Amino acid sequence: MNGLLRSLRLLVLRAWLPIGIVVAWWLVSATSTSFYFPPLQEIFLEIWNQWILGPRLVSDLLPSLADFAIGFFTAILLGTVIGVLIGRSAIGQATVAPIINFFRALPSPALVPIMLALFGIGPNMNIAVIVVGAIWPTLLNTVDGVRALDTQVREVTRSYRLTRWQTVSQVVLPSAAPQIFAGYRISLQIAIILIVVSEMVGATHGLGYQVIESQQLFRVTQTWAGTIILGVLGYLLTSAFLLVERRVLAWHVRMRIATGAG
Amino acid sequence: MSESPILELQGLRKSYGRSEVLADVDFAVHRGEFVCVVGPSGAGKTTLLKCIAGLIRPSGGRAVFEGEEVSEPPARLAVIFQDYSRSLLPWLTVEKNLLLPLKKPKFPRATRARLIEESLENVGLSGKGRLYPWEMSGGMQQRAAIARGLAYQPDVLLMDEPFAAVDAQTRIDLEDLVLEMRRRLDMTVLFVTHDIDEAVYMADRVIVLSGAPARVARDIRVDLPAERDQVRTKNLARYGELRAEVFELIQAAKQAANTGRIPAP
Repeated sequence: MNGLLRSLRLLVLRAWLPIGIVVAWWLVSATSTSFYFPPLQEIFLEIWNQWILGPRLVSDLLPSLADFAIGFFTAILLGTVIGVLIGRSAIGQATVAPIINFFRALPSPALVPIMLALFGIGPNMNIAVIVVGAIWPTLLNTVDGVRALDTQVREVTRSYRLTRWQTVSQVVLPSAAPQIFAGYRISLQIAIILIVVSEMVGATHGLGYQVIESQQLFRVTQTWAGTIILGVLGYLLTSAFLLVERRVLAWHVRMRIATGAG
Repeated sequence: MSESPILELQGLRKSYGRSEVLADVDFAVHRGEFVCVVGPSGAGKTTLLKCIAGLIRPSGGRAVFEGEEVSEPPARLAVIFQDYSRSLLPWLTVEKNLLLPLKKPKFPRATRARLIEESLENVGLSGKGRLYPWEMSGGMQQRAAIARGLAYQPDVLLMDEPFAAVDAQTRIDLEDLVLEMRRRLDMTVLFVTHDIDEAVYMADRVIVLSGAPARVARDIRVDLPAERDQVRTKNLARYGELRAEVFELIQAAKQAANTGRIPAP
């Protein structure tokens, strides 16, 4: 009962300010006649009628989510696999280091014009941009995590003659998992930015496309609506990721609590 | 003990650059023996053990295990490392830790659970299999590491100062545990330690290493009664004599090392 009460209290603490802001916004804007600051009620109606119950769910929202998902998961899968290969090879690391360092420093939206030229307008370009832009944090963190494998753990693994596959899947990856997931988290942020930016510049439908188009056509309510949806989606995706991370790394969290160490 | 030795070191040498750690180490271990290796700190005991375990390649000479030269970790050898916190995998329960080395064709699936259970019983950890290593005390973790070695069904157990990182009380319990386990399972054990009392208490033979570069200073047969007891055995006059002999050898080794390091005028 105490736990439930505590969770409830935490929920209230976290929720009161956002809800308060929304309510304040609603009330302040209710009588607004400003063109660029429509009543929040209208914005919510737009969201509800067009994006949740309406046609845009299927024509724009879901396709964007799908492209994002394909891009993101491809990026982290490639990043992890290549990261493990490079991390286990000293020669690999030396060879690839300059290339990686170049791309990790490049701001990811800067990739969009080139990708546009290479892939043209459309989902292929969006996905390609996400993959090329979001792979780096995962790749780098995976290499670091793999390299940092405790020498004695490595010796234990060798002394028990584990196969290469066993070593990577049962020892190396779990050991590096905290660091790899930190990489995933940053890759997620970049992927979210890139799906929006690439759709604003090179798409014919989708969430990002709708936001920029409504802005160019001065449909302000729709611009607000799209932006709010983007924000909420980003928040939901990040929260979902954190839930998964906490589940996968449960052993790590509990161990740190138990031993009071990192 | 009339058959050929189960483990033999022939002129084993190891250098790191210009620093010679092992110089011409020669001795043999026979099936069923409990051999302790002692030496001054930094004498290269761990290096020696790693060469035997196939984790390091010697610079010269060789280790021969069951008739074959050691070039990679041998299948019938299990190593218990000193630092148990870096030895058991923290993302696996004790059970799963013990299971990992058994996931091989050599261990049919049906027998794995039984092996694990028996090993846990042998080290006094029955029923604790579902715990994670970091949920247990240091002594329990080291027992779990030993259980993992046992489940692997090795012919020889190599132990690298396994009790150096536990408190004295726990160390006593673990020493007796290993002796009991070895008696029951008729194991061959090569036990590296810096603790002279421990070495004489546990061993059939004590191999004393000189200081770096290490070679065998003396190979001492421990002629104490086979039944060891923490109080009775350590009260025997013979125990004191053996202990003194080892102690003096090690002191001499330390002296030689120190003298050797003073540059000639």
